[in-house]
Amino acid sequence: MSAAGNPALNTAARPAGGGRRLSLSWIGVVPFFLYVGLFLLLPTAIIVVGSFTAPKGGLSLTNFGGIDKPYIVKAFTLSLSVSAVSAVAGALLGALLAYAVVTGNPTGLLRRSIMSASGVLAQFGGVALAFAFIATISTVGFVYIFLKDHGIDVYAKGVWFYEAPGITLVYLYFQIPLMVLVFLPALDGIRPQWREATQSLGGSTWHYWRHVAGPLLAPAFLGCTLLLFANAFSAYATVAALLTNGGVYLPLQIQALLTGETEQSQPGLAQALALTMILIVVVVMTLYTLLLRRTTRWLR
Amino acid sequence: MNRAQRLKLRIFRTVVLLGMGAFFLLPIGAMLEFSTRGNSVNAPRTLEAWSQIAQTPGLVKGIVISLQLAVITSIGMLLLLVPTMVWVRLRLPQVSRIVEFICLMPLTVPAIALVVGLRPIYIWVNINVTPSVLALGLAYLILVLPYSYRAIDAGLAAIDLRTLSEAGRSLGAGWGIVMWRIVIPNMPGAILNASLLSVALVLGEYTVANLLNFQNLQVEVAYVGLTNAGTSIAVAVGALLLAFVLLMVLTLVGGRLQQQSYVPGQRA
Repeated sequence: MSAAGNPALNTAARPAGGGRRLSLSWIGVVPFFLYVGLFLLLPTAIIVVGSFTAPKGGLSLTNFGGIDKPYIVKAFTLSLSVSAVSAVAGALLGALLAYAVVTGNPTGLLRRSIMSASGVLAQFGGVALAFAFIATISTVGFVYIFLKDHGIDVYAKGVWFYEAPGITLVYLYFQIPLMVLVFLPALDGIRPQWREATQSLGGSTWHYWRHVAGPLLAPAFLGCTLLLFANAFSAYATVAALLTNGGVYLPLQIQALLTGETEQSQPGLAQALALTMILIVVVVMTLYTLLLRRTTRWLR
Repeated sequence: MNRAQRLKLRIFRTVVLLGMGAFFLLPIGAMLEFSTRGNSVNAPRTLEAWSQIAQTPGLVKGIVISLQLAVITSIGMLLLLVPTMVWVRLRLPQVSRIVEFICLMPLTVPAIALVVGLRPIYIWVNINVTPSVLALGLAYLILVLPYSYRAIDAGLAAIDLRTLSEAGRSLGAGWGIVMWRIVIPNMPGAILNASLLSVALVLGEYTVANLLNFQNLQVEVAYVGLTNAGTSIAVAVGALLLAFVLLMVLTLVGGRLQQQSYVPGQRA
């Protein structure tokens, strides 16, 4: 600026220049905010407003009253329990796999290929995944037929594939790889010296896990489990392709309420359910972020 | 570590790796097995289900539509995100947190919930703008935001954006030239990363398309699966292998072009 040498001129010029620059600068982000405003914030606002609007108009909680209908309660329970079980099982199995990877060669082919494969499989959900398991373990599936030919009938007590246990099993296919991806960095942060220190102080393997590695990894493990829960809870495509005739499952209920025939269609209730879902995921993800922050204090 | 511990660890690793290997490879093998089954129990292996793909008009249409959507979404994402993020870094750092928050928001709004709010908007778009299935790209751009944002953000963090753009500007380049000839060529890894993640997401997308009554690849695959399981599983394997190749390219090329830490997201 040519006026830099002259303090009086400089201060006089600043407000005008600053004002002009500010307004010009804001123009640069207008397209972005316009776009997300229309296709992200507006839909969210529609859900929030719609949930609190009575069918005949006016502010009300009528829509949330519909949540205590037996089939909605059942759908909620099933969704929550499948998400919780697949999150805990996925976290445990994923942690075991991550540990098996970490204890190997850090630059080896095994580790690199497992990490890339996890990256792909953690994203692998939806129709293709449902079909993969139908071809594997449904009543026409390869593994089912193979086991049956060898005297083991996994469906001796009824076909559980299209119910909670089956959905949980299918979800593990993307939950375990996701756990490997998010938990491995925490395991990498564990120093071998800590184990040596425990041993030189007379501690056993049990002491090491109970008093050193366990407490250090606990927040990370818990946080990752929450992430897995949110991941399973948000999933729709897999279960929709699995239960083609509809089912008592939360996302499928939303679909039925939204797209059903005239008398089934209840957009207000669908919006209330969607809002409840969003709130649950927001709470879980917030806890996840807080736990992650705690983890990085020690393990980096 | 003593010998007994070492042996124990070895056994543990072998058991875990073999078990997990079986769990993850069996379904893919089973899909290949299923898609080559003959018509009856003892019929020989056949590739009929695979050759049926080309003869199922819905599937071909679905593949073409999804590929078009993938291209539209990737280009739209780059056009929207790269200039905005560069601009925010250089001129409006005070809104960077807001932009980040908005871009990561789709992670906490499940697609099945978002679509509830998108439906009225799409009804309006279908009536007043276009009834085309390609309008799905508008919603897909939102779905890919978190992944693209992280990839591009990592790319921008790795280059000295301010110096580069000031050098360009002082030599007389306009903002367009700075973007096109300076910023983008300096972060090929991030651009590729963001695009491939978008392509993979769009090719696998089912939720939004299905609830808005559009027929993309996954919707067609699910539909064909009701009548001809073999063919639709064949397409599913094909799509899976394509996604595998795409994302493997991403890890290999992306890793070589620049070191980026994987930031996990959620999608299923």
